[in-house]
Amino acid sequence: MRIELIRRPERSKAMAWLSPVIAVVLTLVAGALIFAASGIDPLQGLYVYFLEPLTLPFTLSELVVKAIPIIIVAVGLALCYLSNNWNIGAEGQLTVGAIVGSLLPILAPDFQNVLTLPLMLLLGIIGGALYASIPALLKTRFGTNEILTSLMLVYVATYLLDWLVRGPLRDPQGYGFPGSRTFTDFQVMPTLIAGTRVHLGLILVLVAVAGAWFVLRRTITGFAISTLGQAPRAGAFAGFSQKRMTLLVFLISGGLAGLAGIAEVAGPVGKLDVVISPGYGFTAIIVAFLGRLNPVAIVVAGLVLALSYIGGERAQIVLGMSSQTGRVFQGLLLFFVLACDTFILYRVRWVKPVHAAVAARPAE
Amino acid sequence: MSMAEAIIVTIIVASTPLLLAALGELVAERSGVLNLGVEGMMIMGAVAGFIATYETGQPVVGIVAAILAGMLMASLFAFVTLVLVANQVASGLALTLLGIGFSALIGESYANKPGIKLAQIRIPGLSDIPFIGPIVFGQDPLVYVTIALVIGVSYVMFRTRAGLILRAVGDNHVSAHALGYGVVRVRFLAVLFGGACAGLAGAYLSLVSTSQWLDNMTAGRGWIALALVVFATWLPWRLAIGAVLFGAVGILQFHAQALGIRVPAQFLSALPYLITIVVLVLISGNRMLMRSNTPAMLGQSFVPDR
Repeated sequence: MRIELIRRPERSKAMAWLSPVIAVVLTLVAGALIFAASGIDPLQGLYVYFLEPLTLPFTLSELVVKAIPIIIVAVGLALCYLSNNWNIGAEGQLTVGAIVGSLLPILAPDFQNVLTLPLMLLLGIIGGALYASIPALLKTRFGTNEILTSLMLVYVATYLLDWLVRGPLRDPQGYGFPGSRTFTDFQVMPTLIAGTRVHLGLILVLVAVAGAWFVLRRTITGFAISTLGQAPRAGAFAGFSQKRMTLLVFLISGGLAGLAGIAEVAGPVGKLDVVISPGYGFTAIIVAFLGRLNPVAIVVAGLVLALSYIGGERAQIVLGMSSQTGRVFQGLLLFFVLACDTFILYRVRWVKPVHAAVAARPAE
Repeated sequence: MSMAEAIIVTIIVASTPLLLAALGELVAERSGVLNLGVEGMMIMGAVAGFIATYETGQPVVGIVAAILAGMLMASLFAFVTLVLVANQVASGLALTLLGIGFSALIGESYANKPGIKLAQIRIPGLSDIPFIGPIVFGQDPLVYVTIALVIGVSYVMFRTRAGLILRAVGDNHVSAHALGYGVVRVRFLAVLFGGACAGLAGAYLSLVSTSQWLDNMTAGRGWIALALVVFATWLPWRLAIGAVLFGAVGILQFHAQALGIRVPAQFLSALPYLITIVVLVLISGNRMLMRSNTPAMLGQSFVPDR
């Protein structure tokens, strides 16, 4: 028995919708197996992990809080991946955005007026965009692989943050603990829904999603993004510059990652801390693919992945599950999404080798 | 042991896992497959090696378990990218995320437990020669295995028919297929070899370098191994030079104080990643060097026409 792929005459619309759903179901099945292997009743495990958080007001609002940075980053990454540019260093751009945006409230704590937060957000965007321009420029100027450089810069950013919050930017009144002074008043993201931690970032999500959708569907830039991604030669003949596109999508995705970073620091985290993100920049990669690189679908995908964080925390408290389970689910989910995507372009046929001579033909 | 001796020995310990993982990836890339999951396969090797050794008391069992864990991860990647022709970049990332998460999950109860260190080889007489003895004849067995593997891969790749087929598949899969070679089969085996090497590299970290299991203990070494392959322009013997260079940068932070270097510790920790970027830029800026050895089909999926 072996698998043979047969190209469909055209993309299967049904599979394009079904594939993420199948991937989520497969992840749930794998989750049940993991629960069973850990000695937890699979049904109870799945309920606590994936359903209960959707029924409680507190966890529901926390779901939105977690989804905010993930979706903002994922929207930018989708533009990158659509144009065949592989920025996987969003986590680093998020970190640098948070650092640069925090410079204002830390260095000028008395600068308190309505302009404070907008300036912080702007600085965050600039910081993230500039940090993302490094792998982009290295790619366009020297042909250096952007996958490796953008990832290496994540480690560099993490150490930079660690040094800053233990050294130059540490709170002088912090009793020697790492971390900057806590942001106050005009330096923090206003809460949108009283009694929850849902903050202004929710509006930023909507703006980012709508903006990306508009760019992709209604502008020549959006057309250039998908053309250069799917048919680089055709794009070149159309006069689209590959290099300018690389720079553009890196600046956009870096800027959005930086925005997510400063929104986290000025929002739920409240100060520049040693740890400001539990891997949102990497989770966003999964979200971008689960959302089929479509800005609107990414919102749904972002909520699903946020659930893997919230459910993980719940399962840890209620069932004593390892806090690492969520990361396993995330990895599995991306694998299943990628595998299921095959069926959009191909049909699968099981082939039985009929004859030894036939079977010995050049294998698949 | 003198200072120079100590530094050389730590460089060897730091370089070996990089060299092992990079060697496996080099073979996979020569067949045309870009597997970005080295970090994930490596960390699964580290945790499997540690647990198996801890439970049985036998480092040899741990090493076998690590190799199998690496191959298991690799086969998952190979199935998705070669049989289901999924995007290799994204699948490699998935493999890394899965490996980091899964290793943390199964290794959780083994964190901070005392491990068993793989013993060093001692050849009476030879190992006692001053300076040369401990460096040339007193390493752990995996160092010698690694050196043998580099020589072996070099030989097979450039002096045998199997190596020729491997490179043919990596340079033009359509022609290789037309000639009757099983493109998917060759690539599957190459990816499995890469997984075995990455798993072994992981075991080196948890059985030799530190003899304990720590969450996320590979700390980006899998990614540095990927950069090493580019640095070596897909030639095995250049990998060895690169691994020693990167290993030396990596251990600088441990010797910096003794050498009188006064900079923040975080800067020294970030140095290997910064150097990796600089080296990548220098190498990729040289088009001649890159074009001559880069597998032409690197990262491209193959679906045969029927």
